[in-house]
Amino acid sequence: MSANKIANTQSRALRTITILLLSVVAFTGVAFAIGSTTFKLGLDLQGGTSVTLQPRIEAGANGSVTSESIDQAVAIIRQRVNSLGVAESEVAAQGTGANRQIIISVPGETGRRIVDLVGQTAELRFRPVLVEGAANATSVSTDPASLPAGVTPELSAQFASLDCTLPQNRQGASGGNETQAVVSCDRGGIAKYILAPAEVLGKQVTQATSLIDPQGGSGWYVTLDFDGEGTSKFGAMTSRLTSLPAPQNQAAIVLDGLVYSAPRINEAINTGTAQITGNFSQADAQDLANVLKYGALPLAFDRGEVQQVSPTLGAEQLRGGLIAGILGLLLVFIYSIVYYRGLGVVSVSSLLVATIMTLLSFLLLGEWIGFTLTLAGIAGAIVAIGITADSFIVYFERVRDEIREGKSIKSAVETGWIRARRTVVVADVVSMIAAIMLYFFAVGGVRGFAFTLGLTTIIDLIVVFFFTKPLVTYLAKFSFFNEGHSLSGFSAKSTGLVKSSTENLEA
Amino acid sequence: MAKLSGLGGRLYRGETSVDFIGRRKIWYSFSLLLIVLSAVTIFTQGLHLGIEFKGGSSFTVNSTSASIQGAEEAVDTAGIQSQTIIQKIGNDKVRVQTDALSASQQAAVENALATKFGVSIDSIDSQIIGPSWGEEITRKAIQGLVGFLLVVMIYLAMALEGKMAIAAIIAVIHDVFITVGIYALVGFEVTPATVIGFLTILGYSLYDTVVVFDKVRENTKGIAASGRSTYSKAANLAVNQTIVRSFNTSLVALLPVGSILFVGAGLLGAGTLKDLSLALFIGLATGTYSSLCIATPILAGLREREPAMQALAKRVGNRADKPVAATTSSTNSTVERGPRNQPKRDRRR
Repeated sequence: MSANKIANTQSRALRTITILLLSVVAFTGVAFAIGSTTFKLGLDLQGGTSVTLQPRIEAGANGSVTSESIDQAVAIIRQRVNSLGVAESEVAAQGTGANRQIIISVPGETGRRIVDLVGQTAELRFRPVLVEGAANATSVSTDPASLPAGVTPELSAQFASLDCTLPQNRQGASGGNETQAVVSCDRGGIAKYILAPAEVLGKQVTQATSLIDPQGGSGWYVTLDFDGEGTSKFGAMTSRLTSLPAPQNQAAIVLDGLVYSAPRINEAINTGTAQITGNFSQADAQDLANVLKYGALPLAFDRGEVQQVSPTLGAEQLRGGLIAGILGLLLVFIYSIVYYRGLGVVSVSSLLVATIMTLLSFLLLGEWIGFTLTLAGIAGAIVAIGITADSFIVYFERVRDEIREGKSIKSAVETGWIRARRTVVVADVVSMIAAIMLYFFAVGGVRGFAFTLGLTTIIDLIVVFFFTKPLVTYLAKFSFFNEGHSLSGFSAKSTGLVKSSTENLEA
Repeated sequence: MAKLSGLGGRLYRGETSVDFIGRRKIWYSFSLLLIVLSAVTIFTQGLHLGIEFKGGSSFTVNSTSASIQGAEEAVDTAGIQSQTIIQKIGNDKVRVQTDALSASQQAAVENALATKFGVSIDSIDSQIIGPSWGEEITRKAIQGLVGFLLVVMIYLAMALEGKMAIAAIIAVIHDVFITVGIYALVGFEVTPATVIGFLTILGYSLYDTVVVFDKVRENTKGIAASGRSTYSKAANLAVNQTIVRSFNTSLVALLPVGSILFVGAGLLGAGTLKDLSLALFIGLATGTYSSLCIATPILAGLREREPAMQALAKRVGNRADKPVAATTSSTNSTVERGPRNQPKRDRRR
């Protein structure tokens, strides 16, 4: 390489570094300008609740899990969560097509209430009561001849063996087929029922409000307004029931398969309103009203994963992640300086640039694509410190190899780069494959790790190509480096071209 | 450190040399022993899977009065009949693990624990994984692992010579097997964080292998024509030439991982950071071992079977019998040794 050509390369190198640093400054400016100066922290770092709901197809239930029904469920759950007014709550579907899950994240301590609220199917049905009994199971089955109309012997046997005193029988879930008679427990576990097919449905409710009755003893309750169809059906049902003997003059209000109340109907109700009572607390009544107002979920869900992190643990994990990051960075700095001397400065400044770029990306991506930093994400970034530093090592060792081949330092810096470049790119491609595979196959926290790993791999490439290499080229201009000063990292001693004095003594 | 750099120079010129390929039988038997041991423990003992994979509930209470006995009583009060594991973590934490609980059972346990230890219910950290969700996570983890291996194999087959790809893949499978074996043997808990740590390190170990193979390819280019050295010897020189770099990169990768392990295990007690860094640690160790002692010897073994390489080995062997022509020996090299005396290699610009 001619001296002229090298001088050219060096001024180009300086220009590349300047452009890179200016872009970093510009992006920092953008971050400040759009006001994203704080990191968006995941729930595992700030505390909060996240719930993953899996759609469930129940035996005998009609309807199937479709992409549309999941979208609909997301919209309903989002309304329910928003009705609680917790800032920064998120409801999102993850996965593809019908095989999706719904993930609800709520920061802070209100999470527990939301978990209970959002997963409810909220299938409201009004069913006339056919048989009412005490909650415990009985072995006595009723004589088939004396069964009321609509009650089959199977249903009667099912009713007899049902024990509503056991909490596991009062989980609620789907309310069963709306056109068939069912057995059902009372919510409080004090009674059980055989119920006729549903006559009025939750989708016929237009408005639900929680109210308190200051005089009467019923406390908090929920009032419902029906639409036209609901009004006429409710009217028809109530007028028919008034003339029946007990317990068949009762109408059960069934929510998600549990009987909330089963009041006796004294007169036909044609006003299009109804009340649900049941010893509610204020929060219970409000939640129930919200759930009814926004409608029933089109699907039943299983709680796939529930994670509740207290703010204390969140803060602790954040602190732990930061300590690990700073410690890891410091150790690599020390090692670089001790082992590579002058070149160590290149390595340290490159790592600093990479760190700044990583933090900046976290800020900006938080603003632009809603990227949240999780503990796994921090771990990915820390692991990436090693991967980034490796790129420098590959390059430096390659340059040393070239020097051992007898090249001048100035040209070794260039020829070494051509060979190291290939290795660095291959290595980063493997990292990138790992990141992409992890991102698409993994669920939950793992994705955060994959994302930061992929992000930092790209940053690594940018830093090595546009900062580290140009910086080495530029430094090779100075005699400290190109004449192989003993502290430069390129000295004959560090490359092993001269045996050090101690080794001579040993020999 | 200067000594290490000096060593780098000597290794590079082949003055100091560790015979990785010649001792292949030792490495192979050692690995075979580990693999048999792994297979036996995996089948007899199995892996200790975290609740994320098998489903279950976990409650952690932060309280200075936290005790195992108190937690047991609280679980009894809540009327939970499932199998329960209670662990004390550090001085002021107690963790209760049970089967997957329903919402009302969860609330019962949380209330009982909060009352028992006099803490607010919001300060209890809980995690519940439904059994079907656990299956989903397991399925995804296996898919991720298999998918990763497949894509990497395709990539390696494209980026490397065919036999190099085979050797690299054998080394990767070797790593997977031994790491899983270590987890089964020691009984470390396997969580999703373990799996990510593991996949990361697989990528890392492959990268190590790729660097060594790059050098092998460079050293063995045109080797059949020149007849300077056998394939195995040239490959061994490549391993030795890259060993300082391997050592450096592994150490530098280990420093941040070590700091995560220190913080994860030391300060936080348990969780994502600890699981992740433990897997990285174990994987890094087996990965470095396999690129030096398994991948390259297998590659040399495969190549030495080719008729051209066997003929070469014969020619080199004949020449070595005549003492004058021992060109591969470079033990007498000195500072004066200029570029001309270096082993000839393909000079690219």
